[in-house]
Amino acid sequence: MSGGRSAMLRRVRAALADVPADERPDDVPVPRTYRRSHAGEDVVGLFADRLADYGAHVSRTSDPATAIAAAVTRRSVGSLIVPDGLPIGWLRPGPWRVLRDDPPLPVAALDGASGVLSTAVAGIAVTGTLVLDAGPGQGRRALTLLPDYHLCVVPAARIVGDVPEVLARLAPDAPLTFVSGPSATSDIELDRVEGVHGPRVLEVIIVDDGKEPPA
Amino acid sequence: MNTPHDSVVWLGVPAFPEAARSALADTRLRANLRKATGTIREKRLAATGELDDWEELRAAGAAIKRRVLRHLDRYLEQLEESVLRAGGTVHWAADAAEANRIVTGLVTATGEREVVKVKSMATQEIGLNEALAAAGISACETDLAELIVQLAGDRPSHILVPAIHRGRAEIRELFRRRMGDRGRPAPHGLSDDPADLAEAARLHLRDKFLRAKVAVSGANFACADTGTIGVVESEGNGRMCLTLPDTLITVMGIEKVLPSFADLEVFLQLLPRSSTGERMNPYTSMWTGPVAGDGPRSFHLVLLDNGRTATLSDPVGRQALACIRCSACLNVCPVYERTGGHAYGSVYPGPIGAVLTPQLMGVGQASSLPFASTLCGACYDACPVKIDIPEVLVHLRAAEVDAGRGVLPKPEALAMKAAAGLLGSPRRLAAAQRAVAMTGRVLARRGSIGRLPGPLARWSATRDTPAPPPESFRAWWRRTHTGTSAAEADR
Repeated sequence: MSGGRSAMLRRVRAALADVPADERPDDVPVPRTYRRSHAGEDVVGLFADRLADYGAHVSRTSDPATAIAAAVTRRSVGSLIVPDGLPIGWLRPGPWRVLRDDPPLPVAALDGASGVLSTAVAGIAVTGTLVLDAGPGQGRRALTLLPDYHLCVVPAARIVGDVPEVLARLAPDAPLTFVSGPSATSDIELDRVEGVHGPRVLEVIIVDDGKEPPA
Repeated sequence: MNTPHDSVVWLGVPAFPEAARSALADTRLRANLRKATGTIREKRLAATGELDDWEELRAAGAAIKRRVLRHLDRYLEQLEESVLRAGGTVHWAADAAEANRIVTGLVTATGEREVVKVKSMATQEIGLNEALAAAGISACETDLAELIVQLAGDRPSHILVPAIHRGRAEIRELFRRRMGDRGRPAPHGLSDDPADLAEAARLHLRDKFLRAKVAVSGANFACADTGTIGVVESEGNGRMCLTLPDTLITVMGIEKVLPSFADLEVFLQLLPRSSTGERMNPYTSMWTGPVAGDGPRSFHLVLLDNGRTATLSDPVGRQALACIRCSACLNVCPVYERTGGHAYGSVYPGPIGAVLTPQLMGVGQASSLPFASTLCGACYDACPVKIDIPEVLVHLRAAEVDAGRGVLPKPEALAMKAAAGLLGSPRRLAAAQRAVAMTGRVLARRGSIGRLPGPLARWSATRDTPAPPPESFRAWWRRTHTGTSAAEADR
């Protein structure tokens, strides 16, 4: 079989000989009668429930700085990665060492850190999903991947109902990561084990003050 | 390690009827399969039942795939343009050999001798690991189940949970004996608790992730309008491979393209709920070309044909290319549940494998597979993109029968001819029924016949035949309603 781009495209066209030459993609109807959202009124409450359902630790607060300090203390975190752009004042000084990714930390340092504190660009209530887009307060993807503890602080205003709503808001040119609970496997006799390669503990604090965080 | 499959079909394995017979005798395998498929079936029903518009989502998913397949050339060109615009490189591979040559060349150019891999059906299909090994490059599978399969020198038996045929005690032994050969050995005193086994895999693979310079992945979706590629997973091994290395090579079947990024709103609902029965899988990664300062610096997309255009050319069989590899059809299939995946002798087992494998390879290469089904239709009901698998199975069976015409007639064709003669005349039918009723009573044990005599034995080897009643319905009717004796009625 001859390779190359034009030969392959030629074979595709030959295979589609039964498709009328004047048919356009839009002539094939796609019924979009499904819901934009399966969430009810209480989107934030649903988000918290669904996150907890998949094994994340969830709390709601109007005072993020206190909640973050309490969480980090409870976990006895020794060193915490803090990406650029996280709201000033979220992390108080404490007995933990703060690691900034500027200049970029080597992978060994990321691997050795006890945790990472980030925000998320959005949350999806129905699926209990955090959406990371490597934007402010999230950093490059490796930061929220290698440490074993991920503390993610999400302003309630960023939580949307369902998958279609969140995709409409996202810019796909940024690398996107959807996180739904801690990493998990069911590969051995279908027993669910939480914590394989990604962070084994996912903790989420929902900031419920009805405002976007101060920059 | 040398895994013995060469491409879609594992050459040298017995055809389905023979392979199924030995699988059916393996009671351990059957117990594992029953538990696994039953568990996933229940989870899936709960997850899909939560959405009251599940049928609307299925209809949309099916329609989007139909649109893509009918205009695949256009979408592939658009995808290529988008990926190039985002800074990626696109390669076109007509078959397995060409795809393997491209990937091997790309890895060799980096000077690396080791690659990490995300679970990928496409790279299994082309036998990439073996091709890389032949070039002195070792490929490390990082999905837990794929790692188990790789350490065992084994074959995957399920699309979603490839090591479904292995129990925890076997896996512990495998880790203890084999992990050390490929890197960090299993910890001392490793138990067979799945949590401990997962921890051993975490430690073993972490070293590899931190060192890796080249990763190979498959793709669940590729959006033509933006060039965005998506990979869904659970363990985080995908994120590691997609994020840490300098070079990322993604091998993707040409049918995986979607018209637009917005279409993900349908598939990111259909796939996790249909596959693992979760509202959303733990991790979904999407990227659009390489990003400065975050993740791989170079990104290569290999577009794979390998029999897909041949499949596309059949307007009935074409729909099999809509498959999103969720594996729901395996878990609901009464045949799969009893035989497991290995009996299908293909990277793609179960109902979807029975329609995909013969089409990708040509019917002659896997002629028994379209018959490995009861045509009960459970797969069609479960399919999130509404592939009418029974329709394609019947279509392929017809193609297989047609392929046998013209030369010596097969026993099946002779039997059909004989049946036509019998059924064409009431007198001949009645005579045959009387004969069968008499011999049937001699052969039957507890109401059924295990083995038929003569050439019929081949048919009865895998089926029980109900013992024929002493009297046919027509004879009974005449006797009870017209007063004539059975013997007279049949004349």
